[in-house]
Amino acid sequence: MSWFIANLGLIWQLTLDHIALSVPPIVLGFALSLPIGWLANRRRLARGGILSVGGILYAIPSLPLFVLMPALIGTKILDPVNVVIALTIYALALMVRTSADALASVDRDVLQSSTAVGYSAWQRFWAVELPLAGGPLLAGLRVVSVSTVSLVSVGAVVGVNSLGYLFLDGFNRYFPEEILVGIIGSVIIALVFDGILVLIGRLLMPWTARTTPRWSRGRAVSALAHGA
Amino acid sequence: MSSFIAAFGWIFDPAHNVGPDGIPARLGEHMLYTLLTLVIAAAVAVPIGFLIGHTGRGRGLAVQISGGLRSLPTLGLVILLALLLGIGLIGPLIALVVIAIPPLLAGAYAGVESVDRATVDAARAVGMTEWQILWKVEVPIGLPLIVGGLRSAALQAIATWTVAAYIPLGGLGRYLYDALPLRDYPQMLAGAILVIALALVVDGLFAIVQRLVTPRGVSEGRVSEVHDTMRSASGRGAVLAD
Repeated sequence: MSWFIANLGLIWQLTLDHIALSVPPIVLGFALSLPIGWLANRRRLARGGILSVGGILYAIPSLPLFVLMPALIGTKILDPVNVVIALTIYALALMVRTSADALASVDRDVLQSSTAVGYSAWQRFWAVELPLAGGPLLAGLRVVSVSTVSLVSVGAVVGVNSLGYLFLDGFNRYFPEEILVGIIGSVIIALVFDGILVLIGRLLMPWTARTTPRWSRGRAVSALAHGA
Repeated sequence: MSSFIAAFGWIFDPAHNVGPDGIPARLGEHMLYTLLTLVIAAAVAVPIGFLIGHTGRGRGLAVQISGGLRSLPTLGLVILLALLLGIGLIGPLIALVVIAIPPLLAGAYAGVESVDRATVDAARAVGMTEWQILWKVEVPIGLPLIVGGLRSAALQAIATWTVAAYIPLGGLGRYLYDALPLRDYPQMLAGAILVIALALVVDGLFAIVQRLVTPRGVSEGRVSEVHDTMRSASGRGAVLAD
């Protein structure tokens, strides 16, 4: 406990580093997955190709991918950019499948109806398709968020500081408390991120908020109709 | 590009293919650690997953626990257990088993659960015991998803054993950690390429196995796969995916 109090400054700084490394992959992975997932649903061939590439990228272990980055993009071995890009690739690989499935889960009849009442393809995507795919998208994003926060600490072994630094330092100094602080800190970040995502989901998709334990398509549609 | 040439030069250097530090030995260690992890984790997770899938009870709890385990940073868990249980294989092995349990558990219960309840009721109606229903109906039909859980767990184990070589342990991760302080990038890259190759081969083999174990006539497997992975993926949020 005394170590914890004496080193609050260091722990706080590492926590901020951890957050700074986690947020870009989550946001970028999600944002990029939408157009790619959308594209995957357009053509059958594209879908197979995109999902296969995603699956293969996701199968690549994290530490080797960090090490591979300098050879691929010409960065230095200890550059934090390696970790951010590698984790973005994971986030994207995981999220593309979810995005494709989520967008495909939207009822065709609803899409045709919205076209019939005068939505352009662009409006229809933002006002109908995306909100209706929101439930599964959020579920996928939460998984991406948890796994990204957990993987960031691996970057510490290639010199990219985060709470993972406490694992290595604690190991070298034979000091379990320091490692435990790092683990708890990382779990807290994951929980806070998850809470924020759920909150954003509630705000953007109020129809999924209470009462219905299951995502009811009828409700969602009527809520959308009121909102739109 | 030149770094890749140097790395492949390192891999195919005959000097790196013999002895206790040679590629065959390190690869063997890596596969042995991974196999050990999978056997122990499956012995724990698969029976529980079958029970949950068959009875439909305890699913919420399993999802919660799996979700919680997923948020643990793997590197921290490995190092903490190594420190507490002494340097050696036991600490990291326990950590790796803990990490491998969620995907195996999810695959096992999602597989059993994915079987149409009408099919299960029909099996019951023709006089099958619960044990027979599990082994003759639910497991064969759910096998692709069960193997899918094994596939995720295997990839997770290969990745985490690489990181765990920090302890220090054997396995292919050794090449990365030995080269890092020397700034020997060709060897680091060579190690990375070897681990990635192992992961992709294992992933490919499991993909083939998954296809082979899909019973003829079971086409819904693909559809339910999507839903089940989403459902198992995260607790409450995933309910929305229904």
